[in-house]
Amino acid sequence: MSGSNDPGSTCSETTLTVNGKPHTLLVDHRRVLLDVLREDLELWGARKGCDHGQCGACTVLVDGRRVNSCLLLAVALDGSEVRTVEGLAGDGEDLHPLQQAFLDRDAFQCGYCTPGQLCSALGMLDEAAAGHPSRVTTDVPAGRPVPLDRDEIRERLSGNLCRCGAYPRIVDAVEDVIP
Amino acid sequence: MDATAPSTPGVPVERRENGESALGAPVERREGRQKVTGTARYAAEQPRPGRAHAWPVPASVARGRVTGIDTAAALALPGVLAVLSHENAPRLSEPDDAMLAVLRDSRVPHRGWFVALVVGETLEAARAGAAAVRVDYAVEDHDVTLTRDHPAAYAPEEANGGYPGTREHGDPEGAFASAPVRVDVGYSVPPLHNHPMEPHATTAEWQDGRLTVHTSTQGATTVRAVLAGLFGVPEDHVTVHAEHVGGGFGSKGTPRPDVVLAAMAARHTGRPVTLALPRRFLPAVVGHRAPTLHRLRLGARPDGRLVSLIHEVTTHTSRVKEFVEQAAVPTRVMYAAPDSRTAHRVTPLDVPTPSWMRAPGEAPGMYALESAMDELAGELGMDPVELRIVNEPDTEPDSGKPFSSRHLVECLREGARRFGWDRRDPRPGSRAEGPLLVGSGVAAAMYPVMAQPSTAAVRALSDGNFLVRINATDIGTGARTVLAQIAADRLAVPVDRVRIEVGSTDLPAASLAGGSSGTASWGWAVHEACARLAERLAGGPVPAEGLEVRADTAGQADADSPYARHAFGAHFAEVAVDTVTGETRVRRLLGVYAAGRILNSRTARSQFVGGMTMGLGMALTEGSTMDAAFGDFTESDLASYHVPAHADVPDIEAHWIDEDDPHLNPMGSKGIGEIGIVGTAAAIGNAVFHATGTRVRELPLTPDRVLGGIGRGAAPRGF
Ligand code: FES
Ligand code: FES
Repeated sequence: MSGSNDPGSTCSETTLTVNGKPHTLLVDHRRVLLDVLREDLELWGARKGCDHGQCGACTVLVDGRRVNSCLLLAVALDGSEVRTVEGLAGDGEDLHPLQQAFLDRDAFQCGYCTPGQLCSALGMLDEAAAGHPSRVTTDVPAGRPVPLDRDEIRERLSGNLCRCGAYPRIVDAVEDVIP
Repeated sequence: MDATAPSTPGVPVERRENGESALGAPVERREGRQKVTGTARYAAEQPRPGRAHAWPVPASVARGRVTGIDTAAALALPGVLAVLSHENAPRLSEPDDAMLAVLRDSRVPHRGWFVALVVGETLEAARAGAAAVRVDYAVEDHDVTLTRDHPAAYAPEEANGGYPGTREHGDPEGAFASAPVRVDVGYSVPPLHNHPMEPHATTAEWQDGRLTVHTSTQGATTVRAVLAGLFGVPEDHVTVHAEHVGGGFGSKGTPRPDVVLAAMAARHTGRPVTLALPRRFLPAVVGHRAPTLHRLRLGARPDGRLVSLIHEVTTHTSRVKEFVEQAAVPTRVMYAAPDSRTAHRVTPLDVPTPSWMRAPGEAPGMYALESAMDELAGELGMDPVELRIVNEPDTEPDSGKPFSSRHLVECLREGARRFGWDRRDPRPGSRAEGPLLVGSGVAAAMYPVMAQPSTAAVRALSDGNFLVRINATDIGTGARTVLAQIAADRLAVPVDRVRIEVGSTDLPAASLAGGSSGTASWGWAVHEACARLAERLAGGPVPAEGLEVRADTAGQADADSPYARHAFGAHFAEVAVDTVTGETRVRRLLGVYAAGRILNSRTARSQFVGGMTMGLGMALTEGSTMDAAFGDFTESDLASYHVPAHADVPDIEAHWIDEDDPHLNPMGSKGIGEIGIVGTAAAIGNAVFHATGTRVRELPLTPDRVLGGIGRGAAPRGF
């Protein structure tokens, strides 16, 4: 693409694999991943609650790790794999079991925080399995899977605000899918 | 259920299995799948060819006039399409709500008031453009500080909701002075922000003189009327969609500046325009809960019976319009006291305009009253549950009207039983666990019953299904679901035979999702329409083209009632206070409600728990402050204004007592969206007192205040 990647250009060609599908875009250097997902790819599931890393509504998985997509400049993620709420259900799966658990538990009201809660919870489950510590667990040896009780779940999901106050139900739903 | 079930050729009408009513059942949210898959679209998520984005420029002074707007640098930026200000914005009619008088003149009534709007090809261009607009001001001195004795304070005629500003019975001062047991205390509640997770947003588009908006609102019918008036077009030239709304909590109850600005920008540029307000701009332009300073004087006999009850509230409003948080009003409903006075004073300041936030009036008012009742129980050496019970009135104290139903006592007793209240050692500071002090508290809750006229249509379809159409708004309450249940119940069909459309002015007009009145108002109209349809069908076949019936509840839903109608409840909390850090953690929170008939046990529970969660925030973490020097809310974003997070919220229990109240609406329901926040902060504050023996009379109960209280011993009276 002409003009891209030139010194002085304000846009760069960036390739992201989103929910398994590669996209090459000319991205404004000021554009964050959240706005690429929403405005360029029309994946609106990642929500914008604050645009400042304060609410978690924009949480998606980048290379398997949960991130606030409003805080990451998309151009810096060239080559990354992104998974959004739209890509949670596996092949042939209607819903991811966690999505089903959210439905079963009524773990939301307005639904605006929900995609972020879902992505965050999935990232969190992997972190706990990989032995990431938290304020709650002080006695698990490093690198060993951390058993998730309700306090652990609450602590580890505290970056995802829910003004509707669905927290107890969200914890129920997450507990439902803990292997 | 005596409705005649309609029959349809080829489709046998199944009566509900074993005669079960759809009402009350824990039916799953109809839009749940869209919400968990992320496919639900909110107001900003409306792509259109050529869509532009807008970014507002907030005033950076607290009071004055705009003397010049230099837009050259902004317009020179790539992608900036236009800069609107009072100098060039489309001229609109004068709004009834002065909060919507945006870009009309040079006046700056408070900091954060929008003085310009930049439209760009992209979000980034609009934002950069807004940063490049240079605004000059003639600055005037400002005053944003609310005090108990501000010289500009006056007694308003009315408080929010149309309640009289002042009510007095007998000789409250005299009765207080001669009461054997007296409590005279001050409480204060800071400004609070609604902060729904979806910021206020609108996508607007003009085509051939017709305006279409997707907006985040609690009531699209009013948005349409307001836009039509402002832009001088017939109402049928305006379409407003609000299919999914990411919460509102009052702040989207009426149109806010975003919808006016987006429509202006779309008209000015000839492009579809989305304006999603940046989070940190919200506190200044979408309303906030006004701070309230309370003085309570409770005089009682030694047996606990109140002889005098005086609740005086001082609050602020803006220079834009008068809004008076009706925080003394709940005291007119709660307890029997022969002599009483409930009064408001309001001071206009150079502050953003306050407005509705979940249970306006009741939430701060009941915090103060129920805290003072706890203090009175302490003075009397009486159990706080019993104190409330001995003051149970026979009729509504202020109006003298009989209650349509009132089961506060039952809520208190049932809550006490479930909570294990009888095992509580009443002595404050009696339970220590290492550095923690543990305590529990109780408070009553109350919320009035409201309903507004609405219209609805229901159509019997030839395939045996029914289609309900009503411009209700689902802000997260589950309106679609409960309205389908109401229709199914009245039509005596399984709920999956009812389809429903809500959230658009293409549908029959309906009232807003506010005042906990949505389900009652909309459900009433749906119920009426279904009743008429059932009558029309009268067991006969549905015509091939279907059959539609409409209902309008004007004159019915808004008819005066000879009854005082309110929901009641009781909140119980257990807290642990860290004597080293001053941190308070809620361990248990329990609510028991008497709110008429509960129409969907699943979504109702979520609303109760959500309300209690917001009450927990009000008690412990939420608080905003007006910076005296800059005239600005200091806590304007979610990093500084602390809404409860997962780790703050324990397992919360909500229960209810079934009420059979024939004086409400055809469903027998009371509103449930707000009562959960009412009294929760008092229950937690009372628990903190019980844990520590020290009374903190200013919310929120942050570690500094609690620790200061523990260190100080006896607290001052609060004013
Ligand atoms: S939108 Fe990214 S954290 Fe709030
Ligand atoms: S469901 Fe509304 S913010 Fe979480």
